Amino acid sequence: MSGRMIVRRLGGGVLVLWLVSLVTFLMVQLIPGDPAQVIAGENASAADVERIRERLGLDRPVIEQYLTWLFGVLRGDLGRSLFTDRPVTSTILLAAPPTLALAVAAIVVAVLVGVTAGVLAGLAQGSWLDRAISSLATLGIAMPSFWVAMLLVSVFALGLGWFPATSYAPMSRGLGTWASHLVLPAVALGLATAAELARHTRGCVADVLTRPYVRTARARGATTGWLVRRHILRNAAIPVVTVLGLQTGRLLGGTIVIEAVVGISGLGTLAVNSVLQRDYPVIQGYVLFCAAVVVLINLIVDLTYGWINPKVRTA
Amino acid sequence: MTGNSPLLSVEGLTIDLPAQPGLVQDVSFEVGRGRSLALIGESGCGKTLTSMAILRLLPPGLTIAGGRIVFDGTDLLTCSPRELRAVRGGPVGVVFQEPMSSLDPTMTVGDQIAEARLLHLGERRSVALRRAEELLDRVGIPNAAQRVRSYPHELSGGMQQRVMIAAAIACDPKLVIADEPTTALDVTIQAEILGLLRDLQRDLDLAVLLVTHDLGVVADFCDDVVVMYAGHVVERASIDELFYSPGHPYSSALLASVPQSGSPRTRLAVIPGRVPPAGRFPAGCRFQPRCVHNRPEVCGRPQPDSVLAGAHRSRCGRVASGALTVEGVPRG
Repeated sequence: MSGRMIVRRLGGGVLVLWLVSLVTFLMVQLIPGDPAQVIAGENASAADVERIRERLGLDRPVIEQYLTWLFGVLRGDLGRSLFTDRPVTSTILLAAPPTLALAVAAIVVAVLVGVTAGVLAGLAQGSWLDRAISSLATLGIAMPSFWVAMLLVSVFALGLGWFPATSYAPMSRGLGTWASHLVLPAVALGLATAAELARHTRGCVADVLTRPYVRTARARGATTGWLVRRHILRNAAIPVVTVLGLQTGRLLGGTIVIEAVVGISGLGTLAVNSVLQRDYPVIQGYVLFCAAVVVLINLIVDLTYGWINPKVRTA
Repeated sequence: MTGNSPLLSVEGLTIDLPAQPGLVQDVSFEVGRGRSLALIGESGCGKTLTSMAILRLLPPGLTIAGGRIVFDGTDLLTCSPRELRAVRGGPVGVVFQEPMSSLDPTMTVGDQIAEARLLHLGERRSVALRRAEELLDRVGIPNAAQRVRSYPHELSGGMQQRVMIAAAIACDPKLVIADEPTTALDVTIQAEILGLLRDLQRDLDLAVLLVTHDLGVVADFCDDVVVMYAGHVVERASIDELFYSPGHPYSSALLASVPQSGSPRTRLAVIPGRVPPAGRFPAGCRFQPRCVHNRPEVCGRPQPDSVLAGAHRSRCGRVASGALTVEGVPRG
């Protein structure tokens, strides 16, 4: 992929982030009535309302408010929480590691399980294996993740005792401990994505198998394993990567539920609490942070296309 | 193997679809070492299926219901998968119809040419790629050293077909099966590709099985011809026999339908009707409904594959018995 193209994609990402920042900012402005009153709650004293109004700068002109906020964001200053009075940036960065670890682990589970199952099903179309995988995939998509999490915890943590039941262990407590705490929630979160990927991969592999270049490779004496490694995976990967990119946003949102079930205090928990407390600066920070992560992942997906498909490189 | 046995012999090959048995029926022919044989017929006559069946590359659902395919002493229909893979891409190379879709879009052309050498000779990639570069040069691609790293979409159709040919001869095959190698190309490029195939055939002592619907290509290129119609071989002949004394009404009608550059403003002969769809083949001679010489009481019976003279065979009983003579191209 050419440098110019990377710059273009980066520019697109920045544009998206700016639009998100605009919407996030307007979130407060669009509160019907007096935002300060709403944020403070019905039982707040007049002094409290005034304090919030001043803290959020709601007494100043909208343009000025936006520019002040935007330049703050650009410097990494997302304001302060209305409740803890701590900087939003550090609050988010503190809550991010468990959530990101959970999301990444879920993606790893989804790719390993989903792509493997999908390739097997695609290669053995119509067989009992294919039917079994397709049925399991439907089941995986149908089961809500919180229920899967509860099921996994009660069987593998409470029943068999193989994994810890709750909470998150930072990496500083050892990689093994960190990983063992992540397994169950990552499987619970990644299962639906794995199922989605399996169905998609199956279709892509089945499609690639009908392509003339697969017959060409067979005519050169390729074994099935060779075909999969050299021709099928790479060609089937293009649409699969697209789906994976779309799913990451969903995974990030899905952490909210899993965190609640497994008792991890991460970004999801922070977001829920902030919404309940009407802690607008934190909500704004959370939305912006998630948008940035999704934009980044889409950039990576775009770059991956170029690596997988040489036609994109010159496009 | 002794030099006298044919390199490839196909005997009584029958290909079935579950719903349509006899899609290709009782097809027999031989390709001698270093010889070139054309498999000719209209679309849907089963010529491509026949050529794909040799390396057992038929699409799913189609099955080989009978016959023998012997290549250089190996029965390809009964050998193990491992033996079959050793033949594919090794002593038998294949050039397919549409170079664009027959090349993997995500792989450099060098790697695709080198692939057979990795598979068959166990060469290291770097060694195989150097050989790929020589092969690209051999098939007339300029700047082979750079082109080896190109992707298929960066090449023209003609160049892509040269790449396919380079890949087919990567392991010094004895036989190349070329399935309509020029159909997807411009007329001028067609001549270049055929010229290349002819040069390679001479220089490398290749046998070539050329599948085509183009009689002009056959006349230029081949020693022998197998004419197929609706899944049957209707005539087997040398090129001279086919053109000057064809042994089947269908061959004769095909010859008459080729535009003659020497005689402008004459009406172009056509064969009335169309090829019956698979599964609705008539009993007896399959060409009979379109044949101007049709005698239902004779042609409705199965027609034996009869010898006319030497290796010249026909599936028209009336020609074989001398009751009917059909016209070829005037000599001279």
